[in-house]
Amino acid sequence: MKTTDDSFVEIQDVTKRFGSVLAVDQADLAIRRGEFFSLLGPSGCGKTTLLRLLAGFEAPTTGAIYIDGDEMSTVPAFRRPTSMVFQSYAIFPHLDVFNNVAFGLRGKGLSSPELKQKVHDALSGMKLDGFENRRANQLSGGQRQRVALARSLVTEPKLLLLDEPLGALDKKLREEMQIELRQLQQRVGITFVFVTHDQEEALTLSDRIAVMNEGQILQVATPHELYERPASRAVAEFIGQMNLLEVEVVDIEADSVTVSCPTLGENKVSVGSSSFRCGQRATLAVRPENLVLDTEVSEGTARVELKASAYYGNTTIYRVAVEGITGETIDISQQDYRGSTTPGTILWLRWDSANFLLLSE
Amino acid sequence: MGMEQQSKGRMLQYYAWVAIVIIYLPVLLLPLFSFNDGRYIAFPIRGLTLKWYIEMFNTPAMHKALWNSIQVAVVTSVLATAIGIFGAKAVTRYRMPGKGPVMFIVMLPLVIPTIVFGTSLLIFVRWIGLDLSLFSIIIGHMIICIPFSIAVLISRFEGFDRALEDAAADLGVGAAGTFFRVTMPLVWPGVIASVLLCFVISFDEFIMAFFLSGSEPTLPVYMYSRMRFPQKLPGVLAMGSLVIMASVVILILAEFFRRRGQDRGIVASGTGLGI
Repeated sequence: MKTTDDSFVEIQDVTKRFGSVLAVDQADLAIRRGEFFSLLGPSGCGKTTLLRLLAGFEAPTTGAIYIDGDEMSTVPAFRRPTSMVFQSYAIFPHLDVFNNVAFGLRGKGLSSPELKQKVHDALSGMKLDGFENRRANQLSGGQRQRVALARSLVTEPKLLLLDEPLGALDKKLREEMQIELRQLQQRVGITFVFVTHDQEEALTLSDRIAVMNEGQILQVATPHELYERPASRAVAEFIGQMNLLEVEVVDIEADSVTVSCPTLGENKVSVGSSSFRCGQRATLAVRPENLVLDTEVSEGTARVELKASAYYGNTTIYRVAVEGITGETIDISQQDYRGSTTPGTILWLRWDSANFLLLSE
Repeated sequence: MGMEQQSKGRMLQYYAWVAIVIIYLPVLLLPLFSFNDGRYIAFPIRGLTLKWYIEMFNTPAMHKALWNSIQVAVVTSVLATAIGIFGAKAVTRYRMPGKGPVMFIVMLPLVIPTIVFGTSLLIFVRWIGLDLSLFSIIIGHMIICIPFSIAVLISRFEGFDRALEDAAADLGVGAAGTFFRVTMPLVWPGVIASVLLCFVISFDEFIMAFFLSGSEPTLPVYMYSRMRFPQKLPGVLAMGSLVIMASVVILILAEFFRRRGQDRGIVASGTGLGI
């Protein structure tokens, strides 16, 4: 099988078992050249295994992997055009920074000045000038990560694999490194495959994201698509904050269905392809920022009681319960609400069902 | 901390010191009597002398035995450690069927009486028609040393991030290059510890050597043979004292190397000095 033109990495029906554990379950994926592609999912979802399959540290139980048109099953890790930045950075502790970066260049027939030049260029590209003689234990977390990046990039891989490289850094440094990573990727132009469990990080960095759970790829989409139109309840639960309401389908039209639930009554929701049946139970997904709290009643509002509020600086999350319904609350994210925040305050909830999303289970 | 607890702690300390003295006092008698100016090993001490050391240095058979022991110990420690490196790497790096039972068999010599192994090896060596020589002693000593070597090296192999070896492969370096450029430098202190430990075990070992030595005794075997001649005994004590000193120094070195860097767990650090 030949890979299609725009897919630089192709994962075809790949399954990986460790004994009785199914780590990757029939994954199909096409990654484009020059793309910043993220594998997103909770720990144990198979994202790191998939990355290790690309690197060649593991062999698929079944299925095939193509990189730049070449089938990889017989290509060992050290011959693959990939390089990995490890979660632990894996800086060689017995070598200094210079020799860490030079590691992959030795034995490649480079003259000594050429090798030195390349290493120095790689180090200054990562703002590591002057760190040549330091050891791993004399570097901060951010510096270690830059050494790991320099060491990988200096070998000019076609595909850079990053295994939660920002996980060990504190929040502020992590955000700085996110911007640096994105700029770096645009500068060097090579394809990045980035593994993370942090949905915010994935949304910020990626051109496209594959959401994984329990070894399966649930959805592959751009951050925008993923946020606006999650394909399933599992994806919706994982990406951002979402009110998920149990509803019943009561009426079906050409490109919309009407659903009913105790909290928000009956609403008409537009759907792409209608695979819903009347009487079916489904999940209505509503982003907190698509709901509005009012202190005064207007048409189509629901009477709600404020239960709690949490201030986040750029926004505040209000948790309300629809009057007469216990056990189910709805979160609203709103900047400009100026009413009382005392729990027990009666307010009015306003919404536009155009922003609602209907998900099958 | 209350007074009561403090005195309890002190009592435990005294107790520990008494135990240590009881264990090591007999060993200290050896050097003591090696300086005794009398042929019989009994109190009172008659006077201090170095003549037994001089006699020892003037006994060519003892030199020959010492040289045999050194040869056997050097070859044994290097070969056992080489095998131990591969064993420890296999155990810590690869998933393989039957790993548990295989490890059990490899570690078995730690608990099987040496005399059983010595006898069976003697029968085996004769059966395949080999002559008893230093070579047969080396085989016997390797059986004893390999489990120790693997135990020391396993802790070393487990002590470093496996991603380091993946990283080397990832940077385009093959299996052999990874082994020599990453794995070996990182387990090197463990390798030295293993060589030193195996050297001491082999050097001090008596039972295997007794069964498997032909006309070339190792030092412990030679010393045992001298025991039958009371007038030769003080010379043996002198040699024994030097061996104890050398063994202690080597074991301290081995422990130093074993502990260097981060280290955990399963390590047989003390060995019976077979004297």
